[in-house]
Amino acid sequence: MTEETTAPLKIVVLVKHVPDVQFDRHIDSDTLRLDRSESVLSELDEYAVEAAVALVEAQGGFAAGHEVIAATMGGKSASNSVKRALQMGASSGIHLNDDALAGSDTVATSKALAALIEHVGAVDLVVTGMSSTDAETSVVPAQLAERLNFAQLTHALAIDFDGASREVTIRRDHAERTLSLAATLPAVLSVTDQANEPRYPNFKAIMAAKKKSITEVSLADISLSAAEVGTAGSRTSVLNATERPAREAGTVINDSGQAGIALVDFLAEQKLI
Amino acid sequence: MPSALVFFNELSDVPSKAQRELLTLASRFDQSTLAVASEVSQDAQNVVANYGLSKLLVAPSQGDIFVDHALSVLEAAVKQSASDVVLVANDNFNREVAARMAVRLDGAVITDAIDVATDLVVTKDELAGSYSAQAQSTGGTLFVSVKPNSIDDDPQSSGQQLEVQNLAIQSATAAQVRVVATEAKAVSDRPKLTEARVVVAGGRGVNGDFGPVEDLADALAGAVGASRAATDAGWITHDAQIGQTGVTVSPQLFISAGISGAIQQKAGMQTSKCIVAINKDVDAPVFEIADFGIVGDLSKVLPQAAEEIRRRQA
Repeated sequence: MTEETTAPLKIVVLVKHVPDVQFDRHIDSDTLRLDRSESVLSELDEYAVEAAVALVEAQGGFAAGHEVIAATMGGKSASNSVKRALQMGASSGIHLNDDALAGSDTVATSKALAALIEHVGAVDLVVTGMSSTDAETSVVPAQLAERLNFAQLTHALAIDFDGASREVTIRRDHAERTLSLAATLPAVLSVTDQANEPRYPNFKAIMAAKKKSITEVSLADISLSAAEVGTAGSRTSVLNATERPAREAGTVINDSGQAGIALVDFLAEQKLI
Repeated sequence: MPSALVFFNELSDVPSKAQRELLTLASRFDQSTLAVASEVSQDAQNVVANYGLSKLLVAPSQGDIFVDHALSVLEAAVKQSASDVVLVANDNFNREVAARMAVRLDGAVITDAIDVATDLVVTKDELAGSYSAQAQSTGGTLFVSVKPNSIDDDPQSSGQQLEVQNLAIQSATAAQVRVVATEAKAVSDRPKLTEARVVVAGGRGVNGDFGPVEDLADALAGAVGASRAATDAGWITHDAQIGQTGVTVSPQLFISAGISGAIQQKAGMQTSKCIVAINKDVDAPVFEIADFGIVGDLSKVLPQAAEEIRRRQA
């Protein structure tokens, strides 16, 4: 990376509050929506925050006028993911807080996020994780590139930014190849868990984050109506969701020297060989 | 009966297993069309004809601009074929192309599908396969990415006449991303991890040596997978990683060797038809979901099993 960029960068990093993957997760049988209690910052978004903050640090740091705005959408508790991003070094936060957002599919989510990014204004770079760990669609970054007409730099394994030319270069896997892709800002950058090692906020960073501001905006503030997002604004409807029956433990044997043979017997019985 | 459009970004002489599964799915619908954003050889056309598709729309790529050509081809193909449902593979590239097109054409997109019925109700996995859900479009063209190993490859007809048409495409409108370098990945003789009928995966317990895992995979003509601990340790390439942050597999047979079976690991393999686990630790959670478990040393069990399979097949 080069030493310093010519103009301050305005980066929005999208963060999502998701149910902790360490525990069993449930879909409510009445609303067909995910139970979002016990939520945390999506683990994969930590790589996005790290990428955004590291990019600024390599371009003269926040003192050079760069901004990293952690943005989220969802109900009240979603702001917890923004707080975590502020602890990791984002400079400020913005929270699109509206109950009407619940139940948004990717089309509605990307519509709301694109409007939020346009509300922030003059954004050079949108950084996201490679996927949320709840819906796991991984397509919202590409949809944002489509809506904002930003360059689509998604699933980055490695990221390089040239401040002078304002060009981002990434590596990504594609079919049986690894590609190097380059685009000039503005761009949407999604970051894989291969791209960096997210920092762990220390006490000083946690205290500093308390002084950073989180702006709350409503749908009206970003010129969207409730009918354009949530279930009403989605192009898909969920008809049902059924928990698969838990797998049951089968036979467990201790190897007393012949377990490899027993394994082959089992595979033969199951007609797998 | 709705009509289907299958979209492939690339198509080699021998379509991949995932591509053949998509063609089989399309054959359920009337007047299905295939659109391909690259050259299609006569050999490939012959294979496609066996699935009863009626039309092939082709627009070979030009230049080194990423994603634009695929978007332009898909947009033109959807408009020309006026299909109700568009079927694509579930890999990152195709999902993104489908999802962008759903936005561009005001359609709907559903990922991770395991089935698409002729009434356009889509069955899909949720929460890493712990739930199964059904969803449908509320209007507009429905774009669906279908997971490999969900549909049985089953060509229906032979000698079907395939009408091949060059597709006229508009010049791209999206912000440009240039391909500045391309590296081929190491070619493996093993089947592709996401498409394989058998997967043998190793974790922390292999202790740096994937030899026994690879040997058993080869005896079973399977693919090799790994837990995040094994890829992070650098014992095997990241491409092999199965789990919450890696790939999801759903093979007929999944053999887990030296993997504890933590919830993030289960996320990547719990929809496998049959699960076999080998672990030294009798309390490893993987035994709770294994159809057959062996408490033992994988460096002894795996080679013995591989040798026995070869002996029986000889």
